Amino acid sequence: MATVLSVENLSFGYGPVDVLNHVTFAVEKGDYVILAGPNGAGKTTLIRLVLGIAGPYAGKVELFGHSLSGFAGWGRVGYLPQRVNAFNPLFPATVKEVVGLGLLSQKSFPRQITRGDQFRVRQTLELMGIPDLKDTPVGELSGGQQQRVFLARAMVSHPELLILDEPSTALDPQARESFLESIRRLNREQGITVILITHDTDLIGRYATKVLYLDRRVVYFGPSADLCNSPEMSRYSGVCPPERAG
Amino acid sequence: MAISHFLHYAFIQKAYLAGSFVAVLCAMLGLFLVLRKLSLIGDGLSHVSFGAIALGLFFGLYPFWAAIPVVLVASFFILKLTQKARIYGDAAIGIVSSLGIAGGVILASLSGGFNVDLFSYLFGNILAVSTQEVYMSIGLSLVVFTCVMLFYNDLFSVTFDEEYARITGIKAERINLVLVFLTAITVVLAIKVVGIMLVSALLILPAATALQIARGFRGAMLISVLCGVGSVLVGTTASVFLNLPAGATIVMCGLLLFAIALTVRNLRR
Repeated sequence: MATVLSVENLSFGYGPVDVLNHVTFAVEKGDYVILAGPNGAGKTTLIRLVLGIAGPYAGKVELFGHSLSGFAGWGRVGYLPQRVNAFNPLFPATVKEVVGLGLLSQKSFPRQITRGDQFRVRQTLELMGIPDLKDTPVGELSGGQQQRVFLARAMVSHPELLILDEPSTALDPQARESFLESIRRLNREQGITVILITHDTDLIGRYATKVLYLDRRVVYFGPSADLCNSPEMSRYSGVCPPERAG
Repeated sequence: MAISHFLHYAFIQKAYLAGSFVAVLCAMLGLFLVLRKLSLIGDGLSHVSFGAIALGLFFGLYPFWAAIPVVLVASFFILKLTQKARIYGDAAIGIVSSLGIAGGVILASLSGGFNVDLFSYLFGNILAVSTQEVYMSIGLSLVVFTCVMLFYNDLFSVTFDEEYARITGIKAERINLVLVFLTAITVVLAIKVVGIMLVSALLILPAATALQIARGFRGAMLISVLCGVGSVLVGTTASVFLNLPAGATIVMCGLLLFAIALTVRNLRR
């Protein structure tokens, strides 16, 4: 099976503070990996390093067999950031304009959106179940709709790896279920490899094929079914039922 | 005076032509600057151009040729101060802008007064624009316009979400540099239209007006351009008929459009 993401002995710190220590794991094509861990475990930092927006680091990171420093195929990677982070709700941008930004990763200078690109945007909006919203300003949408728009932006380049950072934080329970179901469909029906960061360990058994439990180092990496058989997990309350942990 | 007669005057034609080109640039760049909370960079760079124009006059150069390179360097310093000196953008703008004003005042004092009145640049006069300045405005406007069109999606992406833009392979630092360089050239061009004191109004007002009513980014840019050009054309015309200073009248027209857009927005709710 092809390796999509390979991380070997990755270490990173902010000044004297170590955030990640000798992290090693590999994600295979078609995996659905849940990246979990306590607050401050380094989950988001790990993803930022993998996406090339943080560094420098010690160790080795490869995407699709290419070293990160020379990696140019960002169109193969879709990323859904934490929604509330950077988005200005007063920004005048329609849904189709925002989704179109996801196509820029495949373009070289001058990055122009063509008619063919606009067709792909419409197709992706249909796939996400929001074709009628294409001309609506993103700031006027509900939290769940905005999350679908940003997922569409991540999906429009037809990525092989989809990375989602706490995607369900701002959603009500119904929108959350519906959103997670669409991610599961993308993984099962289209074979897209998924890495999902979450605090919600309930999701592990329901969706993931593998779990990466991080606490500045890898506490557990393997099939989700075996997570609670790991003796290491007994130190983390609330993840496994007491009778199963360790 | 009949409008048809009025339009035959060469000084009016030159004012309309140079003013419209500069207004388009200010309106386009202003939208990126306002959304990136860099509105006051226009103000800072126009203050630097005061010093640069004084420098040009001091050495007997054509003031605008001296202003363009100096303001370009100042814009680069503002960006570097923000990135490297651990200070916020507004403080960096304040530092570079006060350096420009202080330098200008010292040069004016050392020279014992210039033959050309340095202080006339403070309020501009679009009705006194020369043929050479019209050509310069059109030429540089076309350069800036072409750059904005070529980098349109990069600028839009970095403005909307800089971190995501980096993930899509856009060199955000390079795009920020392009934005401040284009702004620097535009600020120098706009000084003749509205003067140093009011340049930032020409950058901010059309964009702020567009943000009240636009639903999409392309729409916002179009509205911003229409408001900018409309303010310059109506303001210039009104200043002649009402015998008012051109720069200030242009800014008042921009403010009026902003007030109308604000009212429309509130009525829509």
